[in-house]
Amino acid sequence: MNTILNAFAEAGVLLASFDSDFLAIVGLSLRVSLSAVLIACLIGFPLGAAVALFRFPGRGAVALMLNTFMGLPPVVVGLIVFLILSRSGPLGVLGLLFTPTAMIIAQAILVTPIIAALTRQIIEDLWGEYSEHLRSLNAGPLDTLGTLIYDARFSLSTAVLAGFGRAIAEVGAVMIVGGNIDHATRVMTTAIALETSKGNLATALGLGIVLLVIALAVNAGVQIINAMGARKDAIA
Amino acid sequence: MSAPQSILPLEVRQLVYEAGGTRLLHDINLTLNHTQRTVILGPNGAGKSLLLRLCHGLLKPTSGEIVWRGAGTRDQPIRHQAMVFQRPVMLRRSAHANITHALKLRDVSRSERPERANAALALAGLSDLADRPARLMSGGEQQRLALARAWVTEPDVLFLDEPTASLDPAATRAVETLIEGFHAAGTKIIMATHDLGQARRLADEIVFLNKGRLLEHAPAKQFLERPDTREGRAFITGDLLW
Ligand SMILES: Nc1ncnc2c1ncn2[C@@H]1O[C@H](COP(=O)(O)OP(=O)(O)OP(=O)(O)O)[C@@H](O)[C@H]1O
Ligand SMILES: [Mg+2]
Repeated sequence: MNTILNAFAEAGVLLASFDSDFLAIVGLSLRVSLSAVLIACLIGFPLGAAVALFRFPGRGAVALMLNTFMGLPPVVVGLIVFLILSRSGPLGVLGLLFTPTAMIIAQAILVTPIIAALTRQIIEDLWGEYSEHLRSLNAGPLDTLGTLIYDARFSLSTAVLAGFGRAIAEVGAVMIVGGNIDHATRVMTTAIALETSKGNLATALGLGIVLLVIALAVNAGVQIINAMGARKDAIA
Repeated sequence: MSAPQSILPLEVRQLVYEAGGTRLLHDINLTLNHTQRTVILGPNGAGKSLLLRLCHGLLKPTSGEIVWRGAGTRDQPIRHQAMVFQRPVMLRRSAHANITHALKLRDVSRSERPERANAALALAGLSDLADRPARLMSGGEQQRLALARAWVTEPDVLFLDEPTASLDPAATRAVETLIEGFHAAGTKIIMATHDLGQARRLADEIVFLNKGRLLEHAPAKQFLERPDTREGRAFITGDLLW
């Protein structure tokens, strides 16, 4: 019991001291996950909207795949990206393995299906509701897409937060493709795993608290956005 | 809105519509000119909404033709039409933004939109609710907003699908007054209803549908007093018995 209390106390000191190594780990975590989510949005929004709006051969299969890939195990994604980026792999020449870029790629692969699948669902529901009105107004594809994305903005931003929550909290993929190298590819989750196994509970706990705070902020964000949507634009 | 440039008359020739292996509309022939208010009457499931959607171009006929014969028909005819649906679609935006959105899709310049939206809201008696989220408005307010949003695009033809179903008498009167106003301004009104009282108040001519068939197309007075068909008489007496 005492060790745990001590660990908490030390964690508090660590957090308050703005230790530069500690901050570097938090910073890298945010950089990797935010970049991954940004890429996932750039791919996931148009992909999800296209699957929702356009009839094309294989559409059902794509939708099924997106839903399935929403729950991809991070270690499997890590393994696949590892194989692709490893020296003998197809993209080995790029020398990306064990760099933050590799971690961003792996997390983007994890998050893209989440954002695409949620976008598809959200846009499809809204299209079902809006289609006759928009067709009556003779809206072209761009106006249609613009209207749907704008009116779904609150639901879509919660999808983005869901994606970010998944990225920032996962450990398997970044561990495999990043290698948890000190001052290079060490992020919060991998550092927690390492410090815990070394018995360094204070650092592990300190990082855990930061992760929890971020998770809290993400969920608070979702709630605030939903409340705003319900009030301002009557999402419900 | 000017009559000489109108897309009317509308000619419907041997229109058939099938869905799911069932013939829902049988061989409809119909010509509508621009001066008269046309009311499509018929019991539930007669095919009134389907006919409106087909004429508006939202559904493709299984066979037959829908042709706009007017001198104003140059580009896509649907750009000169508007429709208010049985259950109007309200965008997740303010009442005002619902209207400016329609104007944007009609290529009205950004600077012109707010003023025209205000005018449309005023016409529908909704000026005080301009900033209210459309989806939080009452059923009657939404129905009036849908009318204002349709009118603001200055259509030659306005399709109305039971625009007063489920409204209270005051809201019904407000909506009917709006429709009268559009008619007076030269907009062709094509309206579906199964409310005989409304047909009496608003119709110049009646198109009577039953079970997917067009049974009568006659001046309103004539149909409402002396229907030609047994089904027409049954429909009218049914209302009196109620
Ligand atoms: N996509 C569809 N597939 C199968 N049947 C349909 C479809 N759309 C409409 N129907 C059927 O066609 C018939 C006519 O429908 P429609 O909506 O035009 O009726 P309506 O005259 O507008 O009735 P109401 O007064 O209840 O609005 C109904 O029996 C309806 O069930
Ligand atoms: Mg109907």
